[in-house]
Amino acid sequence: MEKIISNTTNLLKNPLLITKASFNKNYIKNHLFRFYSLLSVLLLGFILLMILFFIGKTGILVFKEVSLADFFFSLNWEPYEDHYGAGVFILGTLALTTLTFLIAVPISLVMAIFSAEIAPIWLRNLVRPILDLLVGIPSIVYGYLGITILVPFIREVTGTSIGEGLLAAAIVLTIMVLPTITRISDDAISAVSQDFREASYALGSTRLQMIFKVLLPAAKQGIITGVILGMARAIGETMAVVMVIGNTAILPANLYSPTSVLTSNIVMEILNVQYDSTWNYALYMMAFLLLLISLVLIFIIRKLRVKGV
Amino acid sequence: MRESLFHQHRKKNTLALIGDKVWTALFWAGSLLIIFLIGCLLFLILGKGLKLMTLDFLIDLPDEIEAGGGIGPFLFNSIYVLVLSLSIAIPMGIGAGIYLAEYAPRNRFTELVRTCVEGLASVPSIVIGLFGYVLFVEYFDVGLTVLGASISLAILNLPILTRVTEEAISMVPQELREASLALGATKAQTIVRVVLPSALNGILTGISLTACRAFGESAVILLAGGSSTSGFMWDFNLLSQGGTLPVHLWYIQSEALVEDAKEIADKSAAVMVLTILFLSFIIRLPIWIRERRFNR
Repeated sequence: MEKIISNTTNLLKNPLLITKASFNKNYIKNHLFRFYSLLSVLLLGFILLMILFFIGKTGILVFKEVSLADFFFSLNWEPYEDHYGAGVFILGTLALTTLTFLIAVPISLVMAIFSAEIAPIWLRNLVRPILDLLVGIPSIVYGYLGITILVPFIREVTGTSIGEGLLAAAIVLTIMVLPTITRISDDAISAVSQDFREASYALGSTRLQMIFKVLLPAAKQGIITGVILGMARAIGETMAVVMVIGNTAILPANLYSPTSVLTSNIVMEILNVQYDSTWNYALYMMAFLLLLISLVLIFIIRKLRVKGV
Repeated sequence: MRESLFHQHRKKNTLALIGDKVWTALFWAGSLLIIFLIGCLLFLILGKGLKLMTLDFLIDLPDEIEAGGGIGPFLFNSIYVLVLSLSIAIPMGIGAGIYLAEYAPRNRFTELVRTCVEGLASVPSIVIGLFGYVLFVEYFDVGLTVLGASISLAILNLPILTRVTEEAISMVPQELREASLALGATKAQTIVRVVLPSALNGILTGISLTACRAFGESAVILLAGGSSTSGFMWDFNLLSQGGTLPVHLWYIQSEALVEDAKEIADKSAAVMVLTILFLSFIIRLPIWIRERRFNR
């Protein structure tokens, strides 16, 4: 107490005088804080490197016994007979992502344009929290709804006996990536300068012409970013897909017959295999592939941003 | 007689106007349909489960064979793992966000770090789960544990928290910082006492979204925490199995033998959605209270 009073009186006598001790303490704290924040950011980079290293190191071992061409292009996945061709899963992931893209992007864009331009304010304020809530719903719940409601529905409509497959998975994924694409596109469209809109109206265009010829091109970069992020989520999604895809390592005859993708196959088999087996290494290689795909997508987004600015 | 240019033009205009009306109607219809479907979805999940919900279900032990088991340990584990992972990820994530927004110089190193953060944010959850599996089950040899699940989950959350913090901090007006520095505060004092409080809204929203995502995450938990629990309630042991509610729903749906599996699954799904609603509400509560106070 006395120390504080004496400090205060000192300060009153000479406002520029800061006691050396408190100055040093603040100085050290300042640097410690900077050091702490630098350390946490470095840790993040370190974790990414560790993930790349551990997954890659384990995955690469598969090529000791399986040739590169066999692993990537062979459609024969028979681990009990030493056939490790991941082609089915790679094709499955590609097909599923394409199908999700075709369904999800138009719907999300309609939602984004609607909430950014057409909807009255009260409805817009309602749509955004609902979309946030959709992001929050666990993927496993989506999968569960898919298997209990969507799959029986597909079975009934198409008349097949199974119903699990690419179509069911793509519909479930659509609901999951819808909020991601919609929110980012919505933000991008809302961020387009008001001047553009006014200039377009002044030239006599209707709202629709303005949206399609001015807004969408101007917000293109943000929309593409949203779509890529959504697709990255679709490629990496596991638990929702595993419940509705059917999990058989064969190429599907049609959209509603069972097949398998990279993520679903990893999660179905990983807990039952020996760690030191080619089978396990093959699964890690598939995970490494997923990792590379998602990193490449992020790289594309970053390139887009640099080019756009 | 050939139509004059003016008439052609007017015809085109009328067409455009009609097109505009039609498309606007289509946009309305499409969006309302989607909102309606989303509403149905929520109603379906909550309605089916809540009808049968009892308090006992939330705290009872699960039963492998007989009907009437609860989800007690799984629900407990869910919350335990969530709290642990957030208490690891929040300090680190906010620290990293502060660095990127306040300290990072504009150079190649920063660009690299930023790429790493975004890259880590996009790593599929199953890959992080596998990483947790390699690290804890194979490397440290502790098996499937609550600890492994929490740390792997924290890795999943870290980059999201970092980005949210960075964004929230860069929204804070420069004048606030300058005023604080002019009063003689150090940079660290400025950040802790001025910048962070004014960025709090954004950060809290980010934490709430992250918490929801972490609560529902299943692939990471399945691989790093396992699909079962120690089997009794209030088990704080870090090294017991870390199965959570989402994983339990998967197990019930795919492998369980109990006769009321369907009912348990319905109820678990409803519990999860309710918890998510609750989480996003409770974490945003301070924001609303602050806004209220400011508006008065």
